Amino acid sequence: MAVEPRTSWTKYDRKTKILRMLGVLVAAVVAVLAWRALHVRYTFVANAARNLRDLLGRMYPPNPSYAVEIVPPLVETMNIAILGTGLAIFLSLPIAYLGAENTTPNAITYAIGKFLIVGTRSVNVIIWALFFIIIFGTGALAGVLAVAFRSIGFVSKLLAEGIEEIDPGQVAAIRAVGGSPFDVVVYGIVPQVKPTFVSVATYRWDINVREATIIGFVGAGGIGASLDASIDFFQWSNVLTILIAMLGVVLVSEGVSAYLRGKTR
Amino acid sequence: MLTITDLRKVYPTGDEALKGVSMRVSGDEVVSVIGPSGAGKSTLISCINRLTEPTDGSIVLDDTKITSLSKRDLRRSRREMGMIFQEFNLIERLTVMENVLSGRLGYMSNWKAFRRKFDAEDISKAYEILDRVGLEDVEDKRVDELSGGQRQRVGIARAVLQRPKILLVDEPTSSLDPETSAAVMELLTEIAREEEIPVVINIHEVDLALEHTDRVVGLTDGRIVFDGPPGELDDGARDTIYRGGEPRAKAGERTTSTESVEIEPEGSF
Repeated sequence: MAVEPRTSWTKYDRKTKILRMLGVLVAAVVAVLAWRALHVRYTFVANAARNLRDLLGRMYPPNPSYAVEIVPPLVETMNIAILGTGLAIFLSLPIAYLGAENTTPNAITYAIGKFLIVGTRSVNVIIWALFFIIIFGTGALAGVLAVAFRSIGFVSKLLAEGIEEIDPGQVAAIRAVGGSPFDVVVYGIVPQVKPTFVSVATYRWDINVREATIIGFVGAGGIGASLDASIDFFQWSNVLTILIAMLGVVLVSEGVSAYLRGKTR
Repeated sequence: MLTITDLRKVYPTGDEALKGVSMRVSGDEVVSVIGPSGAGKSTLISCINRLTEPTDGSIVLDDTKITSLSKRDLRRSRREMGMIFQEFNLIERLTVMENVLSGRLGYMSNWKAFRRKFDAEDISKAYEILDRVGLEDVEDKRVDELSGGQRQRVGIARAVLQRPKILLVDEPTSSLDPETSAAVMELLTEIAREEEIPVVINIHEVDLALEHTDRVVGLTDGRIVFDGPPGELDDGARDTIYRGGEPRAKAGERTTSTESVEIEPEGSF
């Protein structure tokens, strides 16, 4: 009895093939509908290349005399980032303690910690800035608070994760000598989360320098206000000056934060 | 004097680690607890200072009934019980001196503890103990720079600085090589005798137990099956402890491995 040699093989059977093709079709239809809903004006798209050349022409060369003028707002931007990050860290310490499974006192405090972490993170920095401008008026204070509240979720979430990863043996040792809950935190937990702390703090500061450059658009202080004004008055060479300065500041902050994170052990 | 009566421990998983253990440690006795992995040795040690909460039974140290203390009073009693751990459990990122002095945390205010403001008397005693355990001139090194043997010496120094009424020692040599094990065991028992502190050591190296301790307690499956001086631990007794009474089947068969104990969180630390 000879067995017929099998020569055909398909990965999918007929029914699966049709279903897969339908899936691709549905995805394509959704993409087309979404694109149409945007009402893109194609005349502008056609002009894009010319507009870009035009803009760059007006921007270049940057205005070196304006560079001196933007030093104070740049310093203010850095200050907003530093103070905002500092305040965020201060507020994050107790929230991280509540939001870490191994340190939180009970299920309710854990839920509160998690809620604060998720809640502060889900609001954009611009919205926080508008909120604090209504309360405290325009200026750097609103900027500091906006940056701080935006950062709480990020900082406390990463710190809480750091706390959850500690070696419980070191905590047990402090409990075994009769240490108070405070001693357990200061001797058993803090030394273990120190590198996490430094890396989270510098990383967030680095992000906050960038955040602080845009909140000026809504009046919360820093270089963003100068950028907004220069755009409004069509001073394009000033705009380029500001963009170059921002790039410089961001690069420096990245370098500093990378250096600090490398330093801790 | 430590008196343990009918101690039982059932873990939340249903494992019955201790099934009614009673023993007494008095004077400045050095007692070793031996037994196969999973016999409940580590659970027994950590029930004594209630890092593991016993299910039933009582533990009395001198006149204090440890098993019925409130959290606050338990912290006071823990100051009087030094503990030495298998994995050393030192604060890895702190210096040798901070680790040794942390033995006094139970006696300090939070504010002083935070500022590392230790009493002059404790500091001079700490230097003395560091000399005694052979760690002179490393007090400012971070603990994670030390070797295993040196770390366990720091662990011993921390426990002794508590000036405890008893030393609880959980597998002190399991993370060390044989030579270092013997040295650490010798140092530990010598210091305990000098300072007249009674010791309960659980250990799986029977030879070290026989050589360095005054009394051997054999624990099998959560029950004490042997209790006597090292001289009485003959082959029959060993078979009872390690093979549930069955004689040795194959020569060279050994029980190794380390047993770890689950330390239960007390809600908040």
